[in-house]
Amino acid sequence: MLELKNISFGVTEDADEKEILKDISLVLEDNRFIAITGPNGGGKSTLAKVIAGIKRPTEGRILWDGQDITDLSITERAKLGISYAFQQPVRFKGVTVSDLIRLATGNSITTADACEYLSEVGLCARDYINREVNASLSGGELKRIEIATIIARKTKLSVFDEPEAGIDLWSFSNLISVFEKMHSQIKGSILIISHQERILNIADEIILIADGRVVKHGAKEDILPALLGTPDMMQCRFGCQEEC
Amino acid sequence: MDSIQWDLLREIAGFHEIPEGAYNIRANGTSVERNTTEEVDIVSKKDGSGIDIIVKPGTKNRSVHIPVVLSQAGLSEVVYNDFFIGEDCDVTIIAGCGIHNSGDQDSRHDGIHRFFIGKNARVKYVEKHYGSGEGTGERIMNPKTVVEIAENGYMEMDTVQIKGVDSTDRLTEAKLAEGASLVVMERLMTHGDQDARSEFAVELDGEGSSANIVSRSVARDRSRQLFVSKINGNAACSGHSECDAIIMDDAKISAVPEISANDPNAALIHEAAIGKIAGEQIIKLMTLGLTEQEAEEQIVNGFLK
Repeated sequence: MLELKNISFGVTEDADEKEILKDISLVLEDNRFIAITGPNGGGKSTLAKVIAGIKRPTEGRILWDGQDITDLSITERAKLGISYAFQQPVRFKGVTVSDLIRLATGNSITTADACEYLSEVGLCARDYINREVNASLSGGELKRIEIATIIARKTKLSVFDEPEAGIDLWSFSNLISVFEKMHSQIKGSILIISHQERILNIADEIILIADGRVVKHGAKEDILPALLGTPDMMQCRFGCQEEC
Repeated sequence: MDSIQWDLLREIAGFHEIPEGAYNIRANGTSVERNTTEEVDIVSKKDGSGIDIIVKPGTKNRSVHIPVVLSQAGLSEVVYNDFFIGEDCDVTIIAGCGIHNSGDQDSRHDGIHRFFIGKNARVKYVEKHYGSGEGTGERIMNPKTVVEIAENGYMEMDTVQIKGVDSTDRLTEAKLAEGASLVVMERLMTHGDQDARSEFAVELDGEGSSANIVSRSVARDRSRQLFVSKINGNAACSGHSECDAIIMDDAKISAVPEISANDPNAALIHEAAIGKIAGEQIIKLMTLGLTEQEAEEQIVNGFLK
């Protein structure tokens, strides 16, 4: 179980203090599929990075199964069972797809096992396993490899920052089944930042974040209908707190 | 040969036992083992300064090993090896030098390799340099490679220097005839107070000739590197040089690419990039459970692989 207690995160820009997360408190139960949505610039990605340890909150505490992990490093949190998929996956010269998957699993695996993870994200393993994770791969390919590294980790919590961004329509429907399968097999929690109705629709819970605050948090059945409407309406609801 | 020499051989040539085919093993200044075959002859030069390796025309799928090891501190040698590769050959040549210096005097090996590659011949040349030993004496290697490739010949050079060489000054010169190609992959890592200089000078003389020089390097600690690549396009040809370097700690790296077109149909490109390991790369590997140091090692190993 992940608990965020009064999390705030601020940055200083041109001598101005800017608060990106404002006093966020959340409890994320085990084995849940949770979607975070909300307008761009509202603090969703920052929240995901705070959970993974990439950014340290300026205030508040983070508890993982009761243990205070606020001061733990990215590595320590990864070892405790928190995974994080980048919105824009990183490229590496020389590191191959197979290297990355092997590092993700944390032990030596056979090529056949590594291929298995690639197949799950719809990549023909034979074509990709020995390729470098470099600029020769398209954004969509990198994104799917990124997701494969998270599947390979099989951790208790997997955080995805806009996994649908850069993924074409064909693989988008596969992506949905990837998450469903992951959720049923790993028995861990999945936390996905998304704008996509189809992803929100398979979540157990939805958290709406805007302007650095949790505006709504509840079961999908309670939150989603209010979020859906015309696209304009959706934007308006995201943007204007009083209407939400 | 003693165990230190065998260790060096393992590092530079992957030897676990004497290889098959033609070979010449040089240890502490003299040839200690040699084998020739019907297709590959190895002959000592009359003045004792090195060897001639003669590969008969049409020889296919054969390898030649010519490793050099130095385990005696203070030894300094200059060796001239000439390779005559006949027409239509397809061979792999595994060279390499390992120095173990446990003394306080410098050990130095300057290898001058000349390749005369016949028409339509293909050569893969693998060269690995390695140094070990706790002595304060420096381990110095200054290889010079001179290549002449005849019509439609091809040479692939794969050079690696990853560990333990204090000072290196490498020079590779090549002249390419019509339709000839040269592909170079150089990998270099320096650490401590090491100094490395690597220079390429390529003359693309023949129509349709091509060269692709790629160097990947990592400089750690207080080490210094200089990469110079000059490509002259003297005909309708294509040339590309790429230097990609990771700089760490207090190291210094310079890259000096130079391309000259002396023919309007010469197409030449150079690329050079020097930079630190991207912070995002380290973060990604840390999210997979690696420590910062382990992440850095993975990135460097992958880069130099």
